[in-house]
Amino acid sequence: MTESINNSGVLAPLAQAGRLLVFLVRMLAGIRLSFSLLMSTLQQIYLVGARSLVIIMICGFFVGMVLALQAINALEQFGASDQVSLLVGKSLFRELGPVLTALLFAGRAGTAIAAEIGLMKATSQIDAMELMAIDPIQRIALPRFLAGVLSVPLLTAMFNALAILGAVVFSIGVMGLDAGIFWSKLQSGIYFDKDYLGGIYKSLVFGGLVSLIAVYFGYSAKPTGAGVGTATTNTVVLSSVLILVFDFIITSFLS
Amino acid sequence: MGIDQKDPIIRIKNLVFRRGNRTILDKVNMDIPRGGIIAIMGPSGVGKTTILRLISGQLRPDSGSVEVNGQMVSGMSSRQLHNFRKDVGVLLQNGALFTDLTVFENVATPVREHARLPESLVRRLVMTKLHAVGLGGTEELMPHELSGGMARRVALARAVVMDPKIVLFDEPMTGLDPIAISTVSRLMRETNDALGLTSIVVTHNVVQMARLVDYCYIIAAGKIAGEGTPDELCASPNPAVDQFMNGKIEGPIPFHYDTGSESWNLLQ
Amino acid sequence: MRPNYKVELASGVFLMLGIAALIWLATKATNYGQDIGDEAYFVTARFTNVAELKRRAPVKIGGVTVGLVESIKLDPVTFDAVVLLRIDQRFDEIPLDTSAAILTSGVLGDRYVGLEPGGDLDVLQDGDELFITQSAVVLEQLVSKFLFNTQGDSGKGEN
Repeated sequence: MTESINNSGVLAPLAQAGRLLVFLVRMLAGIRLSFSLLMSTLQQIYLVGARSLVIIMICGFFVGMVLALQAINALEQFGASDQVSLLVGKSLFRELGPVLTALLFAGRAGTAIAAEIGLMKATSQIDAMELMAIDPIQRIALPRFLAGVLSVPLLTAMFNALAILGAVVFSIGVMGLDAGIFWSKLQSGIYFDKDYLGGIYKSLVFGGLVSLIAVYFGYSAKPTGAGVGTATTNTVVLSSVLILVFDFIITSFLS
Repeated sequence: MGIDQKDPIIRIKNLVFRRGNRTILDKVNMDIPRGGIIAIMGPSGVGKTTILRLISGQLRPDSGSVEVNGQMVSGMSSRQLHNFRKDVGVLLQNGALFTDLTVFENVATPVREHARLPESLVRRLVMTKLHAVGLGGTEELMPHELSGGMARRVALARAVVMDPKIVLFDEPMTGLDPIAISTVSRLMRETNDALGLTSIVVTHNVVQMARLVDYCYIIAAGKIAGEGTPDELCASPNPAVDQFMNGKIEGPIPFHYDTGSESWNLLQ
Repeated sequence: MRPNYKVELASGVFLMLGIAALIWLATKATNYGQDIGDEAYFVTARFTNVAELKRRAPVKIGGVTVGLVESIKLDPVTFDAVVLLRIDQRFDEIPLDTSAAILTSGVLGDRYVGLEPGGDLDVLQDGDELFITQSAVVLEQLVSKFLFNTQGDSGKGEN
């Protein structure tokens, strides 16, 4: 049964959170490490991670460029243009990298996962699996979930790398800032533990969040065409909201 | 080819199933005979698929019992159900082939799941069944490359690949052209007799049913309106059975949606 | 699942790229490796005012980072700020009479602790204290001192 997340009532979000948690437990509790799980996960990493690469890299590059642009605009007034790399780096590693990557991932891969599972539901494939005594959660949902958790941090790293590249191209190539100062400020100012690792923790949490939401909504979609559409919409909406909410929660813990 | 009335393979006693506040099945009793093709028929939405799911253990009855081949399905745990389903083959509506696997992998899925066999044996098992349904060369094709009839036959091969004792068919002829219908019907009869199965078919195609099945139940309004061999049913005086078998609009099975409102009921 | 060669290759490439990006970022874009090593010893220094000095602020000699500020506490009796400095073990020949000052990095920069080595032959050990210290220069105090002095001068001049 699908319950629309637009349910009225204060308790509805709590119930939704509970359902997600139960689904997570069902997935993880039945894990049996096997070759087929590994192969399925690997295949899903390709479908979910590798296929998102292009959009992540393009967006990363442009985000880096616009960050550098804005930073230089702001810092020029204080004659502190040299701090560009520091400003870009801090905002990227801590916030923009993990959050933007996760949002893009939710839109591109999250919806694909939800739609695919929802379609399998609508064409009775999930039913058929159950009746063949195959656990569809283990066979279908779990590999996609694991693939998402693994892929999002890697995608975030690539987003960040491309963004720094974009900042380099803009600030050094276009604005003529000194390359040596750029890199040395970056390397001395970005802390490995607070900024870099903090960003990785966030991307792991976001990856788990989006993947869980996507497989849950796909699995509990109404087995109709409209049901699949609702599942994908709900995936994007709930993922986006929870990414930003958890971003605040994690940031306050890290600071 | 005969059905054995004295040794029912499935015993359904006093089965009650409700959804919300609608009673879908109201104290239904069925003794499904062993060894033949049995049809469960009735108007759409009456609960035929529900009965299949109760037999396979996907649903639990609100009261009453479902006993399959000596095992009480209605009270089984997940693990027991897992073992039980090894002996039950299924062919769902539209075939339900796994769209991301080849034909071979589709038919091989139950084998891989329930038995640890060397690859050559798996291959032999799968190819035998594919040949039996006349699709010998298709094993590397993907489901979307098959026609409706071919996909249905692959699904049949998958349903019987583990030589189950019971096969459940949920509206197996939906969306097929007449030639495909005849082909699948004949294959169902052949596999049923060759493997000694009991096939339970949910359908509402009266014409094809009459030619194919050995025994039939007609469900209407949550109860069994009639049962018997196709000939017995055609000759039945029961008005509900008569209405269904002959496709009449007038009869005990209502035309108007029952809203419970007094004024509308006056029109009936 | 079909073990499709193309799929395996592509996901392998993806994983490699991701890990490469992670490593590149870690080494080229952060202060990884520039952190003070695990082997270090601690010395203290007391200041009347540490201004905005923070934990993990660098400790430098001649502009080169040799350690970090480990903690900043208040002495409840003398109301001095007691700063614990963590010095990398590599720099184990810092003279006992070295002085510590709280300096600013650039004009708008962060505060850090700058050490000016003395001439003593004995060197700092774990637990020692730097006795010669110079507190942070706070801009407002500087300005008010300047104003007070000029007021005083002009007052005297008029007499």
